[in-house]
Amino acid sequence: MKFLRDLMDKQRPMFEKGGKFEKFFYAFEAGETFLFSPNHTTGIKGAQVKDAIDLKRMMITVVIAMIPALLFGIYNTGHQSLLATGQTAGLWDNFGDKALIGIQLVLPIIIVAYAAGGLVEATFAVIRKHPINEGFLVTGMLIPLVIPATTPLWQVAMATVFAVVIAKEVFGGTGMNILNVAMTARAFLYFAYPAQISGDQVWTYLGEKAAVDGFSGATALSVVYDAGVQNVNAVEALNNHNSVLGDGIFSFYNMFMGWIPGSIGETSTLMCLVGAAILIGTGVGSWKIIVSGFAGAYVMAFIMNLLAVNEYMALPAHYHWVMGGLAFGIVFMATDPVSAAQTETGKWIYGFLIGVLTIIIRVTNPAYPEGIMLAVLFMNVVAPLIDYYVVKANKTRRLQRATV
Amino acid sequence: MSKIVKLKKGFDINLAGKASKEIANFAPAQTFAIKPTDFVGLQRPKVLVNEGDTVKAGTPILIDKALDQVIYAAPVSGEIVEVKRGDKRKLLEIKILADKTITHENFGKIDLNQDRNALAAKLASTGVWPNIIQRPYGIVANPADSPKAIFISAFDTHPLAPDYGFTLQGEEKYFQAGIDALAKLTKGKVHVNVDGSKPVPAVFSGVKNAQVNQFSGPHPAGNVGIQIHHLDPINKGEIAWTVNPVGVVQIGKAVLEGVYDASKVIAVTGSELTKSAYTKTYVGASVSTFVKGNLNSGHVRVISGNVLTGEKINLEGHLGFYSNQITVIPEGDYYEFLGWAKPTTSKLSYHRALGLFSFLNPKKEFVLDSNCRGEERAFVQTGVFEAVTPMDILPMYLLKAIMAEDFDEMEELGIYEIVEEDLALCEFVDVSKHPVQELVRKGIELIQYS
Repeated sequence: MKFLRDLMDKQRPMFEKGGKFEKFFYAFEAGETFLFSPNHTTGIKGAQVKDAIDLKRMMITVVIAMIPALLFGIYNTGHQSLLATGQTAGLWDNFGDKALIGIQLVLPIIIVAYAAGGLVEATFAVIRKHPINEGFLVTGMLIPLVIPATTPLWQVAMATVFAVVIAKEVFGGTGMNILNVAMTARAFLYFAYPAQISGDQVWTYLGEKAAVDGFSGATALSVVYDAGVQNVNAVEALNNHNSVLGDGIFSFYNMFMGWIPGSIGETSTLMCLVGAAILIGTGVGSWKIIVSGFAGAYVMAFIMNLLAVNEYMALPAHYHWVMGGLAFGIVFMATDPVSAAQTETGKWIYGFLIGVLTIIIRVTNPAYPEGIMLAVLFMNVVAPLIDYYVVKANKTRRLQRATV
Repeated sequence: MSKIVKLKKGFDINLAGKASKEIANFAPAQTFAIKPTDFVGLQRPKVLVNEGDTVKAGTPILIDKALDQVIYAAPVSGEIVEVKRGDKRKLLEIKILADKTITHENFGKIDLNQDRNALAAKLASTGVWPNIIQRPYGIVANPADSPKAIFISAFDTHPLAPDYGFTLQGEEKYFQAGIDALAKLTKGKVHVNVDGSKPVPAVFSGVKNAQVNQFSGPHPAGNVGIQIHHLDPINKGEIAWTVNPVGVVQIGKAVLEGVYDASKVIAVTGSELTKSAYTKTYVGASVSTFVKGNLNSGHVRVISGNVLTGEKINLEGHLGFYSNQITVIPEGDYYEFLGWAKPTTSKLSYHRALGLFSFLNPKKEFVLDSNCRGEERAFVQTGVFEAVTPMDILPMYLLKAIMAEDFDEMEELGIYEIVEEDLALCEFVDVSKHPVQELVRKGIELIQYS
């Protein structure tokens, strides 16, 4: 690595103050610090040694945690496509074809998300003279995972640019943002281009081929919603759905495993749990938010069961865990430390309310089948309020101590 | 009524280079220095001696014009060889070349039955007084104040810290005399806080006239600030004093012998030393004779104190007034290829994102260098500061309040309860590499001088 280091040392003066490319110092620095941990040493006073952790390590851990969901999503994209066009039956038949279709669809989205976001990040770093934030490593991966594989690439680019600028850079970069950047990107797509991210047609890639007769591209959530409207048993409606493709496409087991249509990375609850295990195991994600998120969803769904005004409300509570993006949202979106509640008590409340809100939106809002996106964004906004009261309780304890 | 407190939060930094329990025969230090910068609250230092003067141990050489009843005395007898000043004539250090045999100023034994204020004034004139630190602010105490209690942490949990049971063995008489003197100075109690996880050393076990409390847990359980928080927290407008046990013994010697005896046993530690051991010397000793010729590598950082709260000095530098230890670690000014990404077992991290399997080998000793391991960023990860601070305090909110210079918020969030060392671990574990201790001092100064 000596020659790389020499190369860096040789280029460095050009980017330093007074150099030819002085303006691009932070872009250079981002590349340099990516390759080499810097040679900064601790100050004269204070801690003379530092923990080996840094933000790069932390963020890459989140990316690693998303890889199971990504790989599964790639394969499932191909699987759903071949299944809908009647070219495959078993899960593992035509493995190569499915993987290939998945890669062809998903890889460009990832590349576009990283490129568009990276460009904005670098531009802002140069203009605003701040270091390039590692947070983008995560955002660039999250955005592709929460949109359907059929999303046009220009929309991916638009959404990424919008989210990075409006949700992050206007506040000053990673650490200052109020909203989760990836969720903002998805919300942007949802409200700006609803045709490409909602309805029954977008979740499965059909390509040039025609779907088999009787195929429906609906997601599990819209199936149960219809069941609620038509007043048929929701679990039966799920089980009977798309019976032309095989038995129990929307069985609990299948939905848990993730062999269902949906956004690229969010279908498999199992892979989200693997991600959760990585996040919790490494201490990067807050287990409090994850646990209380799932608990909140279950409790609210159970309350709906008790009311059971329609068949949707009667859907067994644990079904909510495996349908839609709840698991993905709670594991990867809600745990974003910047936009989440920052006090330990606050994290319990924050996660719990995300679960509760998600179910309320799902079950009671006719216009919108999935609730996790808006629930996370709403709780992002509320999180500082939760923290305010937790911090106030701390202050009050101190104040009371003084008077006695 | 003594208290037993078990703390869970915190983190022990297990470094290589522990001092073996023996007094090594390093060559004695030649020069000794008093550095006004060691006393954080010292506002207007005035030097009382000139270069070339001869002094005895206990001769006043420095005062703070803002608190002139407290004198700062020469730790050894000898000749003033240098009064070193920096930019804008800022006083940096007063250096003394020591005599072969130390002679002391004798100011007579101190009668403990005299009036409290007279006793305080007497102690303030002997050179031992700067050992008494006032909380809040962590500054040298004002003899005119009457603190609500005095706290002594009888153990140090910092990395490679000296074992006071060893360094103070045989000093029981003086320790007790010091406690007796301190008990006169407060209207409240004197608390001696010992390590609850180990047998209590002889020097502290029989102590009278004080409340003995037990604390156990990982660092910072030995920090006096943490202990105060659990015993009798400091509220706005209250004053408490803290003294290091080494200081208590010095006070005791002043009381019983009538001299300022600045001798102490210090730990010479660190991974870069061939021989890590204890040695007997005086306050402000030059470290060169302990370190030079004792190194096993060339590029080192010498620290007066420990790696969390210490100060970088050079090979010719002098021990800080409050330091009871020298630590020598490798200097970390190198680049590391993909240093942030590589899986490793040789780096220490509180975070499991790096040390995922560190629990398999909890006794492992680490060699840490002074590399920052990353760049400064905005606060991102949350909950970590709280996990290493065993107090009912929200360090991140407090630090943000300091950054915003929000005085009310600082007060309400508990700035009176902390000094730098209490949040030193936060600085270590911080993912975003903030200068936490510098910020704490900035906050304290904002409050103190507002």
